[in-house]
Amino acid sequence: MSAYVLRRLLYAIPILLGVNLLTFVLFFVVNSPDDMARMHLGGKRVTDAAIEQWKVDHGYALPLLFNAQAEGGDKLTETILYQKSLKLFQFQFGQSDSGRDIGYDISQRMWPSLAIAIPTLLVGLLVNITFALLLAFFRATYLDFWGVVICVTMMSISGLFYIIGGQYLVGKLLNLVPISGYDTGWASLKFLVLPVIVGVIGGIGAGTRWYRTLFLEEINKDYVRTARAKGLAEQWVLFGHVFKNALIPILTGVVVVLPLLFTGSLLTESFFGIPGLGSYTIDAINRQDFAIVRAMVFLGAVLYILGLILTDISYTLVDPRVRLE
Amino acid sequence: MPKSQRKTRLLSLAVLLTTLAACTDTAWNNPYPAEQTGENIYYSSFDERPKHLDPARSYSENEWAFISQIYEPPLQYHFLKRPYQLIPQSAVALPEVVAVDAQGTPLPAGADPQTAAFTDYIITVRPDLRYQPHPAFAHNAQGGWRYWPLDDATLSSVNTLNDFPERDTRLATPADFVYQIKRLAFGPNHSPIAGLMAEHIVGFRDFAKASGAAYRELKRETGEADPWLDLRQIDMAGVKVLDGHRYRIRIRGRYPQFIYWLAMNFFAPMPWEADRFYGQPGLAERNITLDWYPVGTGPYYLSENNPNLRMVLARNPHYHREHYPTEGMPGDREAGMLDDAGKTLPFIDRAVYSLEKEAIPRWNKFLQGYYDASGIASDSFDQAIQFGSGGEAGLTPAMRERGIKLNTAVETSIFYTGFNMADPVVGGYTEKARALRRAIAIAVDIEEYISVFTNDRAQAAQGPLPPGIYGYLDGAQGYNPYVYALTDGRPRRRGIAEAKALLAKAGYPNGRDPKTGAPLVLHYDTASAGPGSKAALDWYRKQFAKLGIELVIRATDYNRFQEKMLKGTAQIYTWGWNADYPDPENFLFLLYGPNGKVAYRGENASNYSNPAFDKLFPRMKNLPNGPERLAVIQRMVEIARRDGPWIWGFNPKAFSLHHAWYHNAKPHLMANNTLKYKRVDPQLRAEKRREWNHPVIWPVAVIALVLLISVAPAWIAFRRREREAAR
Repeated sequence: MSAYVLRRLLYAIPILLGVNLLTFVLFFVVNSPDDMARMHLGGKRVTDAAIEQWKVDHGYALPLLFNAQAEGGDKLTETILYQKSLKLFQFQFGQSDSGRDIGYDISQRMWPSLAIAIPTLLVGLLVNITFALLLAFFRATYLDFWGVVICVTMMSISGLFYIIGGQYLVGKLLNLVPISGYDTGWASLKFLVLPVIVGVIGGIGAGTRWYRTLFLEEINKDYVRTARAKGLAEQWVLFGHVFKNALIPILTGVVVVLPLLFTGSLLTESFFGIPGLGSYTIDAINRQDFAIVRAMVFLGAVLYILGLILTDISYTLVDPRVRLE
Repeated sequence: MPKSQRKTRLLSLAVLLTTLAACTDTAWNNPYPAEQTGENIYYSSFDERPKHLDPARSYSENEWAFISQIYEPPLQYHFLKRPYQLIPQSAVALPEVVAVDAQGTPLPAGADPQTAAFTDYIITVRPDLRYQPHPAFAHNAQGGWRYWPLDDATLSSVNTLNDFPERDTRLATPADFVYQIKRLAFGPNHSPIAGLMAEHIVGFRDFAKASGAAYRELKRETGEADPWLDLRQIDMAGVKVLDGHRYRIRIRGRYPQFIYWLAMNFFAPMPWEADRFYGQPGLAERNITLDWYPVGTGPYYLSENNPNLRMVLARNPHYHREHYPTEGMPGDREAGMLDDAGKTLPFIDRAVYSLEKEAIPRWNKFLQGYYDASGIASDSFDQAIQFGSGGEAGLTPAMRERGIKLNTAVETSIFYTGFNMADPVVGGYTEKARALRRAIAIAVDIEEYISVFTNDRAQAAQGPLPPGIYGYLDGAQGYNPYVYALTDGRPRRRGIAEAKALLAKAGYPNGRDPKTGAPLVLHYDTASAGPGSKAALDWYRKQFAKLGIELVIRATDYNRFQEKMLKGTAQIYTWGWNADYPDPENFLFLLYGPNGKVAYRGENASNYSNPAFDKLFPRMKNLPNGPERLAVIQRMVEIARRDGPWIWGFNPKAFSLHHAWYHNAKPHLMANNTLKYKRVDPQLRAEKRREWNHPVIWPVAVIALVLLISVAPAWIAFRRREREAAR
C-alpha cells in the first residue's frame, strides 16, 4: 500500500503544478498588476508613480510568464510566475499583498471552521443515516413516500433560507442563542449550537435520500434475505448487515470531504459571524490579493488530493476484497 | 424506574428549565460575556476588515472609524457647529499661517498674499500630548530599550502585541509630527496622498528620492527584506522643528485648503521608536506591524485587534484633558446635545466592534439591543421608516415603541452620471452637443431613481456642490435652470417635450439621425454587472428610450471600467465623490481641466475642460469664504450647468438609528473622531436587553412533542411487523 500511496503523491506534483499555472493565468486574465496596485492603493488620488512603486515593492514589476530582457534561465525565473510559485511548494505561503502573513492567518482561521464543520458532519451523518435506515425499513409504505417527499422539499429549499429562518426563529423569536458571533474556548459553544443545527437540518434532505438509495440497493440482496431467514430481527439486519455493506459509498462521500472541512463554509460563516476560512478566498478575490488566492487554491488542491488518497485507503479498511497495489 | 415516575421527573425537569429561563438575569442570546453587562461599553459592528491602520496609508472610511479614535492630527472639526469649523486637537491653537517671499521672509503687512512664494504653517503642539502605553517605549533596568533589539527568545514567544507585557509612554513632540510627514514621502509606505503633497510641501519630492536611495542602500548592506530606515537622519527642506513646542510646514505658493489636510490622520504624530520597534526582523512575519497595531495619543488605543472577529478600543490612560463643547447650534440644547457641556472626554470606557458581514443578523441584533446604533439596509427600511404626508421621514410605531431615535443628514457626497467630453457624439462644447446633453439630463428622471432605488434617501443634485459645502444654495436660489423650471417657487423637472425639442436642436429629431433614419445609439459603461444591478440598468435604458435614444449597456468588471476611464473610451458612465474636506474646491476640482483623467490621470473623469471655468478655479481656490468667493463659485457652477458635463445625479441622505441609551448622536459628516463625545447609559441598556430577550422555551417542547408523536405510528408499525409471523 505504501508504494501505492507514494505513487499517488508523485502524481500530485504535476496536478499541483497545473493548478498553480491555471490559477495564475485565470487571475491575471482578469486582474493586471496595475489593477491590483490601484485596488491596494485605494480609489482616490492614485498616481502612476505610486502604482509603479507598489509593483516594484510587491514583486509585480516583472513580466508574467517570460522575461525576454533576461539572460539564460533567468528568462523563466525572473518572472512573476516563478517568483511567486517557488515557495508555495515548500508550503511557505509568504505575505498577502496587504502585508499579512498568510500561514499565520490560515492557522488562526481554520479552527473556527473546524469547530462548525466537524460537529455538523458527525451529527449530520448520524441523523441522515438514521432517517435513511428508517425510510428503508418502512420502504414502500406511506411513511417512506412522505419521507421522500419531505426530503425532496428540504433539498429544494436554499441553504440561505435555513440560515435566515434559523436565526429568526431560534435567535430572534425564541431568544435561545445569539444570532451571530463567536468566542474562544468553551464560550464558543453557545455560538456553535445554531450553525450546527442549521447545517444538519439543511443537509437532511439530500443526505437522507442519498443514503436511503444506498440502503435500498443493499436491502434486496441475497445475504439480507439469508439474514432474515436465519431469524435475525430487522434492526439487526439493517445495522449489522445492510449498513455495514453500504459503508463503501458512504465512505466515498465522507472521507473525501474530511480535509476540506478546514476550508469552511462561506455562507454559514458570513451569516453567523464565524471567523473561519470560509470567506478568506472570496474576500481575497474581491480585494485582488493574488498571494492569498494562489495559496488557498493550492491548499484546496492539496487537501482534495489528500482526501482522495484517504478514501482509497479507507476502502481497504471496510472491504477486505479491495487491495491497493 | 416505573413509567409514571419517569414521566413525573421529565415534567419536573421541563418546569425547572422554564422557571430558570424566566428567572435568569442574563439573556441566553447575549453575544457578549455576562460580566460585561452594565459596563460602560459602546457596542458596534463593522462589515469589512480594515486593510490599513497606518495613518500614512489609511484612506478609507471603514479604517478611519478606528484610527481616528487613536491618532490625533493637529486639528479637528467642532462636534456641534455647522457649517463645519476647524478647531485645535493635538495643536494648542489653529496654525499661524505666514505668507513668505522666495527668501523665506514674511511679506510685509498689507501685501497681496497672492504674491507669496511660500506659505508657512506654524503649529504649536500641546504640552500634555502623551502616547498610549506601548512596548516600543519600554526600558529595561539599565535604561536601555526593553524590546530593541529583540532577541530570539523573546521573538519566539510572541504572536501578538499583547505578548509584550512591559509598556511605557512618553510625551509627543514636534519632531514626531515632522517624522510622520517624512513617512508620507517615504516610498515603501505607499501613502495615497504622497503625489498630492509632493506638489505642495517644499522638499517633499527630494526627500522621497533621497530616502528611497538610502533605503535601497540599507537593504543592500543589511540583506534584510524590509529594514528600518531612520528617517530622522534625512532632512525635508519644507518641514522643520522650530523649538521644543513648534514645527513649521512650508508649502509652495498658496494652498488654503491645506489646513483641512491638517485635520486628517495623515498628519498625526508618529514616534520614531514605534517605527523602529515594528521594523525589527521577525515581527512582520507575525503580523506585528505599524499597519496593524497603531500607536497614538488619542482618547483610545486598540486593545484587541482580531479583524476576523472583533476590534476593541480601550480608554487611553494618558489621554490629555479635553472637554465636551459648551456651544452648539440653535436646537442643540433642546435636543440634549449640550447636556454634557464642559464635561471631561471621553465618556465611554471601551468600544467593542464585532465583525458582522451580513445586514440581516446585524439588524436583528440591533433590535435586540446588542448594538447601540445602526444604519438601515434596504431590507429593513420599511420595518424602520415611514414617510409622513409631507414626505418627511419618521420612525414606524414598532421602532418608536422601543425608544429608538432616527437621525438624518444629507451627505457631502455626489453620485453623478457623466458624459465623456472627449467623445465625438456626447462630448464637445458646441450648442448642438450642449443641447443633446441637456435633453438627456431632463429625460433621466433622478427623482424617480431616488424614489425607486434609494428609498427616498437622497436629494436630486442641482450642480456639483452638495449641501453643507460653502457655495451651495438651496431652493429657488440654487436650482439648475437648464433642467428644472420654477413652479410655485419650487424647482420642477422640465417636461419631456422640452427635452425632445432640445434633441431635435441637437440634430436628432425623435432620437433619430435624419441622414440615416437610424435611432441614436449611446453607450453606458458601468462596473455594475451583477444581477442586482439589472433593474437600475433597465431603468436607465427606459429613461433614454423616452427620447427615442437606444442605450446600450456595456457592463464590465471594475478593472476594465477603470481602464476605459483612463483611456477615455467610455461614453456615459456613473461615478461618485465623497468630500475629503468641506470646501467647494474639493468638488469643483472634479471639473478642472488640468485635472482631466485621460491627459493628467486626475479625478476629472469627464475630461471636462472649459477655459473660462479653468481660469476661475485658481481664484476660487485661493479666496477666503465671503461674497467675492461666493460670486466666483456661482459663476463656475453656472458654466458647468450650461455645458452639462454631468447629469448632476443626487446627494445621498444618511439615515441612522440609535437606542434611547445612546447619547450625543449628532451626525457629523466630516469628522471620524466622534466616539469620544458619545455617551451610553449601561443600566438602561441592561434593563432593555433583559426585557427584550426573555428566552421562550415552550415552542421547543412543542416541537419535541410533535416529533415524538409523529414517530409513534412508525414505532407501532415496527413493533407490529416484528411480532408478525413469517409469511
